[in-house]
Amino acid sequence: MTPPTHAKSARELEIGTDVMVELSGVNKWYGQFHVLKDIDLTVYRGERIVVCGPSGSGKSTMIRCINRLEEHQRGKIVVDGVELSHDLKHIEYVRREVGMVFQHFNLFPHLTVLENLTLAPIWVRKMPKKEADAAAMHYLERVRIPEQAHKYPGQLSGGQQQRVAIARSLCMNPKVMLFDEPTSALDPEMIKEVLEVMIELAQSGMTMLCVTHEMGFARTVANRVIFMDFGEIIEQNTPEEFFNNPKSDRTKLFLSQILHH
Amino acid sequence: MTDETVSVPPSEGRKPDLPPPMSVSGPWAWMRENLFSSPLNIALTILSLLLLYLIIPPLVAWATTLATWVFPTEVIVGDRSPRSSDCPDGACWLFVRARIGQFLFGFYPEPERWRVILSFVLGAIGIYGLLGGPARFRKYAAIFFFVVFPIVSFWLLRGGLGLMSVPTEQWGGFMLTLVIALVGIVLSLPFGILLALGRRSNLPVVHLLCVIFIEFVRGVPLITVIFMANIMLPLFLPPDMQVNVLLRVLVGTTAFVSAYMAEVIRGGLQAIPKGQFEGAMALGLGYWGVMRLVILPQALRISIPSIVNTFIGFFKDTTLVSMVGLYDFLNMVKTGFKDANWVGVEITGFAFCAAVYWVCCFSMSRYSMHLERKLHTGHKR
Ligand SMILES: Nc1ncnc2c1ncn2[C@@H]1O[C@H](COP(=O)(O)OP(=O)(O)OP(=O)(O)O)[C@@H](O)[C@H]1O
Ligand SMILES: [Mg+2]
Repeated sequence: MTPPTHAKSARELEIGTDVMVELSGVNKWYGQFHVLKDIDLTVYRGERIVVCGPSGSGKSTMIRCINRLEEHQRGKIVVDGVELSHDLKHIEYVRREVGMVFQHFNLFPHLTVLENLTLAPIWVRKMPKKEADAAAMHYLERVRIPEQAHKYPGQLSGGQQQRVAIARSLCMNPKVMLFDEPTSALDPEMIKEVLEVMIELAQSGMTMLCVTHEMGFARTVANRVIFMDFGEIIEQNTPEEFFNNPKSDRTKLFLSQILHH
Repeated sequence: MTDETVSVPPSEGRKPDLPPPMSVSGPWAWMRENLFSSPLNIALTILSLLLLYLIIPPLVAWATTLATWVFPTEVIVGDRSPRSSDCPDGACWLFVRARIGQFLFGFYPEPERWRVILSFVLGAIGIYGLLGGPARFRKYAAIFFFVVFPIVSFWLLRGGLGLMSVPTEQWGGFMLTLVIALVGIVLSLPFGILLALGRRSNLPVVHLLCVIFIEFVRGVPLITVIFMANIMLPLFLPPDMQVNVLLRVLVGTTAFVSAYMAEVIRGGLQAIPKGQFEGAMALGLGYWGVMRLVILPQALRISIPSIVNTFIGFFKDTTLVSMVGLYDFLNMVKTGFKDANWVGVEITGFAFCAAVYWVCCFSMSRYSMHLERKLHTGHKR
């Protein structure tokens, strides 16, 4: 296990100059309800971005637009040089290259842990089964649960399930990882084991976008924190500046609520 | 993490684990709890036992000790054919024995009946390979059952290519019932899946066609579907094309079960949480991949009881094909009643029918329970 002091090094990780994800002027409505308003966001290779904001501010919606689980109505989203449009080829390309971890894990209960991990490599990447199994075991070791490979998700604890979900995304060798409140369905003692895995992942240079309210995580690994409210990006800054020197009143209010409850 | 909780020493004020009190298990405790727990319960228990005593022994005696099992000597030596007066009392199993060939094979020529037996043995092997056999043979069993078996068994049953031709008008009895049931059951699953997916589709045309088909076929009694298939199908086809009655009936019955199956499977699909679709899509699987690998296996599993329920209902409903002149198992047995030698054997005939249908349906039911247990993979989230 990596002691948290080690994690500091993640802060000095190199950030590339090539753009991995770019949202420009993105707008989205649910019926009459304007969820995303002129979102502009550029994510460079190797960046670790934490997105926070009050409930209902559109964090999940924004992050889900990046792999087209939600469709945006105006603006442009480009992932790894591919623009998301109605073109199914583009959508499938983006989904292959972008991993996503959900609040409720969304593991497949009818498959063993190993089968959960190898499903996409075998059927999407057309990897031979032997190779996929080996890769899956490698990632299970990375999330420290190789001994659970032949169990079913229903037999694991929440923390273990979330680590399996992370490993499942990693098996596709993604260029970007999206996390939507990966720890908020977990008990406190399990949050730690999941965060440790995420910190290690950040140290390995993965480009990450995390919606989370784990401010400790944001301080240790994020190079940028984004604050959203009412469908807008209100403020973005380095963690130090963001936490110690918030600019907008809404950010101050949010931080006071989240840090002193 | 669990290791830590287990290794807590019991000295920290924890009480030791005791075995459960003896009386909560065992047959006596069960009886005391469930049969004799209150005066009302005692009265009901006694009443039920009395009722069972009044019904079961006479019924068993009728079917076994009082029944006639063996032919009289005149019949055996060939002086005369058997008749119902050979049975003085109880069930007249002589009727079943004398006509079992017809009950099972209809008017299928006797020297050719091995072909029917062979094709059903092949089918049974296929079903075993598919459902019960070792997993590594499953792929071959599927190819055998869904491709080889239908072709070979059609050739065996219908004849031609070196075998004596047996037109479908001569098919009948239990064999015909099995043919209709198997075709309906085997085809209704893929058709039902496609219809259910179509009904949930975002494409308006596909959605509408599936809704119309399902609601129309489901809203009409099976007997009407059979009549319509029998009368209307030829109207849609070129006039010089002769379509065999059995084929018309098969089209009707298969359409009917498929519509029911579609709704059963749609119910299963609806029970799958949205997260499963999203989890699978986020991995880059396309529509068919998501459905085939993630959604359908789960939806079908939770639908097993309803699927088998539909199969059982359909298996019994196949008797309705007698309305368009086909001699299925029940109709074949009933035909036997018309024989002047066999008056008054209706009860025996129907009892035999009921027993055969019951064995088939009960086996399906048991198998589905076994399957449910086998596919259980721990708790759902
Ligand atoms: N499918 C939908 N249809 C209509 N409205 C929706 C839908 N999904 C989300 N919304 C609304 O859009 C808004 C933004 O939702 P979103 O899930 O993005 O918020 P969030 O910032 O992730 O909040 P939380 O912290 O509670 O997860 C909310 O007001 C929500 O009610
Ligand atoms: Mg959310």
